[in-house]
Amino acid sequence: MAGTSTAPAIEASGLIKLFGKNRAVDGLDLRVPAGTVYGVLGPNGAGKTTTVRMLATLTRPNGGQATVFGQDVVREADAVRSRVSLTGQYASVDEDLTGQENLVLLARLLGHRKSAARARADELLEAFGLTEAAGRQVKNYSGGMRRRLDIGASILNTPDLLFLDEPTTGLDPRSRNQVWDIVRTIVAHGTTVLLTTQYLDEADRLADRIAVIDHGRVIAEGTPGELKSSVGAGTVHLRLRDPDQRAKARHVLTSMLGAAVHPESDPTTLVARITVAGDDAATEQAARVLGELAVAGITVDNFSVGQPSLDEVFLALTDRTTGTQEVAA
Amino acid sequence: MTTLSPAGTDSPSVFSPTPETMGALLARTDRPRRPSALAASAAFCWRAMLKIKHVPEQMFDVTVFPIIITLMFTYLFGGALAGSAREYLQYLLPGITVTSVLLITMYTGMGVNADVAKGVFDRFRTLPIWRPAALVGALLGDVLRYLLAATVITLVGVALGYRPAGGFVGVVAAIGLIIAFAFAFSWIWIMFGLLLRSEKSVMGISMPVLFPLTFLSNVFVDPKTMPGWLQAFVEVNPITHLVTAARGLMAGNGDITEITWVLGSCAVLLVVFGTLSMRLYNRK
Repeated sequence: MAGTSTAPAIEASGLIKLFGKNRAVDGLDLRVPAGTVYGVLGPNGAGKTTTVRMLATLTRPNGGQATVFGQDVVREADAVRSRVSLTGQYASVDEDLTGQENLVLLARLLGHRKSAARARADELLEAFGLTEAAGRQVKNYSGGMRRRLDIGASILNTPDLLFLDEPTTGLDPRSRNQVWDIVRTIVAHGTTVLLTTQYLDEADRLADRIAVIDHGRVIAEGTPGELKSSVGAGTVHLRLRDPDQRAKARHVLTSMLGAAVHPESDPTTLVARITVAGDDAATEQAARVLGELAVAGITVDNFSVGQPSLDEVFLALTDRTTGTQEVAA
Repeated sequence: MTTLSPAGTDSPSVFSPTPETMGALLARTDRPRRPSALAASAAFCWRAMLKIKHVPEQMFDVTVFPIIITLMFTYLFGGALAGSAREYLQYLLPGITVTSVLLITMYTGMGVNADVAKGVFDRFRTLPIWRPAALVGALLGDVLRYLLAATVITLVGVALGYRPAGGFVGVVAAIGLIIAFAFAFSWIWIMFGLLLRSEKSVMGISMPVLFPLTFLSNVFVDPKTMPGWLQAFVEVNPITHLVTAARGLMAGNGDITEITWVLGSCAVLLVVFGTLSMRLYNRK
């Protein structure tokens, strides 16, 4: 089980992976404490999968180094392999075999004898609700069933570190919730999970810490809360009674808050980012905005203050780097 | 992605993960010892067998194809070269067995090419097992296919009147030698399967290699009538040595020099192409 050693689950510094001239991963640093869920968040092509492949000993880095529980992913690859499991972005189960055959095969490859492999496979099929589908070829499974089988295959031997590369991409909401429940249960038993995702919602719900990556580098790192507050305290959402007053309201907001005011497609709504940090200061600023609008004679039907969503955080962070190449964090 | 899966493929509300059942699985920390090289290869061989079970059509190339080749060449050349088809068959059968089996080895490379592109290979490669096991296991599965092809040809030959002087033992020994050579020879295609981008390119490169190698040999005719430069090639062609050795064994007078030659070329093929294949496999 994890926790037997004090080494972090993952420690990577200056990881580089080149594909021709493309720097898929370009000096990436990562530190994942054991026993946590760590989210790696980024758009397509940010280098998430390549990073996972290097950490899971599938691809050798061109530069930098990484250790898993203190063991080097290149020089001690075999030792690393005995402690990790990978559920890849594309189903890492054999589509031509049945669900049961897949699990029996992998159990045997992990060293279980024939009857033990069979018993282990059946237990997993039961626990993942796949007993009825056990005898069907995986190519006939739905996306959600396939994912469950895939994750089940990863915990045939309880791993110390589990890589989940975009575990819910392409799943319907119900299957997504199932996967989230499964991940939580796995973590509760001490396995460290490194999860890549494009969905901020997912990272927000599951991860203890998040690294936002873009162009192969970490551009921000922290708890979900820290990331949100780094972008600002939150946003003000306004709905006006009279759409004709929107221009005037916008003017009031702009003069108080600066330039960060967006008119929404609905002609009565406005969204503005609060510019001061800290919850109390933000509430105070929101209250002053409301007062100022009343003074200007603008009727507000609905007024709400919210934390920025991780989506807003993400867009703010990636915009910043695509424009200027400057690197935060 | 199927969003509208019909009822039955994944009936809603059937599954909700219960922490208790999963917890019982996760709480287990007993880890068996890692499997031996042999056990891991055997597991991958079992995977190959399962694939045959699920897609039995893939056995056409090791049954129908060898039968066609045997019938075709026996009746095409038999009368002209040896007076009768039955007479020619006594000369042709060991060689046509070699030719058929070696032509089939190409499918091994195509299979590897398609297989390693699949996501499941990522999982195999993160397992703490003997590294060549996945490739060796797949090849062992193919060896059973080679064995089936060789057996089918021999039975067809016997039905058509082939009477080997070496008897059952001689034929079994010859087939054993042919299969051993095919096992080593297949690593050429495994290497190309790992090197090239598509199954088609594996096939594209194998044909210009396989046809000259099998035809420019002593499979079909005695090389004595060939021009000197061609005789020189035929003599160093490992296929010629394999055919001579197999013929000897089937005829009941195995030539130890030829057999040694064949086993030596097996070793060279294995060392060179096995090593190259593993390098490519580890870099994939």
